[in-house]
Amino acid sequence: MNPRARSSIEEDLRLLEVRPPRGFADRVVARYALVAGPVGELCVAWTSAGISMADFISPGGEPGFARRYRERFGRPILPAARPLPGLAAAARSGRGRKLRYDLAGLSAFEVGVLEATLAIPVGEVRPYAWVAAEIGRPRAVRAVGSALGRNPVPVLIPCHRVTRSDGTIGNYGGGPARKEALLRAEGADLDELADLAAAGVHYVGSTATGIVCLPSCHSCRRIAPARRRGFRDLAEAGTAGFRPCRLCRPGLPRSA
Amino acid sequence: MSVAGARRRPASGLQRNRRGGVLSGVTSSVPTGDAEICRRLADDLDAGFVDLVGAYGRLVFTVAARATPAADAEDLAAESFLRAYRALRGYGASRIRQLRLRPWLVTIVLNSARNARRDAARRPRTDPFGPGEEPLSSQRDAADLAAAADAAGKLGRRLAGLPAKQRTAVVLRHVVGLGLAEIAVILGCPEGTARSHVARGLAALRAAYAVEGDPAPGTGHGERRGT
Repeated sequence: MNPRARSSIEEDLRLLEVRPPRGFADRVVARYALVAGPVGELCVAWTSAGISMADFISPGGEPGFARRYRERFGRPILPAARPLPGLAAAARSGRGRKLRYDLAGLSAFEVGVLEATLAIPVGEVRPYAWVAAEIGRPRAVRAVGSALGRNPVPVLIPCHRVTRSDGTIGNYGGGPARKEALLRAEGADLDELADLAAAGVHYVGSTATGIVCLPSCHSCRRIAPARRRGFRDLAEAGTAGFRPCRLCRPGLPRSA
Repeated sequence: MSVAGARRRPASGLQRNRRGGVLSGVTSSVPTGDAEICRRLADDLDAGFVDLVGAYGRLVFTVAARATPAADAEDLAAESFLRAYRALRGYGASRIRQLRLRPWLVTIVLNSARNARRDAARRPRTDPFGPGEEPLSSQRDAADLAAAADAAGKLGRRLAGLPAKQRTAVVLRHVVGLGLAEIAVILGCPEGTARSHVARGLAALRAAYAVEGDPAPGTGHGERRGT
């Protein structure tokens, strides 16, 4: 065998070395940053796959947050040199929809619940049953509640915008007081919603358009008082000739 | 200026003879790297881990891409590093300081590949939430990819066609440059057996060249046999 060919095959094998793509370390090692939320400070963790954890922390609470992250994900985490683009703005405004999330490790049901919740606009609220209907599991209302209770990314995935249909705000991982503060900070009129619920009004329609909405939907908040009509349920609204709003989708199953 | 120039060591001392035995001795590119990174890992696991990924990203990626039949080398490499991290979390500082990182990491990649194959047979993958766009990290250099595909494609495919033991042995010896003793530990066989896996793998690759009758790629810009 000729020695030139012999040495060349070994050299060629050296060329088969594969370099990791740029940013590979950010896929393995998570980063965290502190951002100002609507109510207090929020610590947020992410990798290149997306945001996977957020938590309210008190001053100096970052090491504890990092420890909880490592326990939960078994992944290294360090303070970020630069904040994730868009994160600070999303935390301030409550608009977390444009960020990318990494919910690996959650069940398909939990992911569905969080995805539906992410679609609730700032300052509006939806009943637990609405989320259940959105994901095509109308009877799983309680399961929706517990899935929201395990939301790993509070505030950015706005589980605080899911409230009870009796007009009370319901439970919250960070405490009901914080849920109320978050909702009031983003302009939800909780007192009006409670009054409506107490009066047995769960849907509001406009006699001008013939459209019926959930009471916090921004399109029904502009209805002139003279044209406002309250309904106990959708059947009553349907009999009166109203059709459900396409924005807040009261009781609509998710379109297939 | 001239003083500084005079002090500079001549570069020729570092050059290696292409045909001499020195080339086959290019086994460890960072001889002190292991100990230094072990020390950093023992001091601060998470900060040291960034150094580990930086120093051994190539090793782990190459083994994932070349020595296993994994469909996605990046997934396997990421999974392997996470397994390494989880293991290190359970080790004491003194054990971390004594680790021989390269064979240890290679073993983790090979085990992860086996587990991934078994898991894939058991359950289908579920999609995480979010738009289907590629994660940032997988955007490779187009030029890089094209060049690699061109030069390495043929040999890479031949290598992939070798029996698993030979393929692994050839990759560890000649692609990532581990020593035979380390390879024997990784494969769990005597050193002599490791050597013969490497030799048989190389022989099979050479036979493939001979059968197809083309010059070995990578050496021959402008060179022709028989002229």
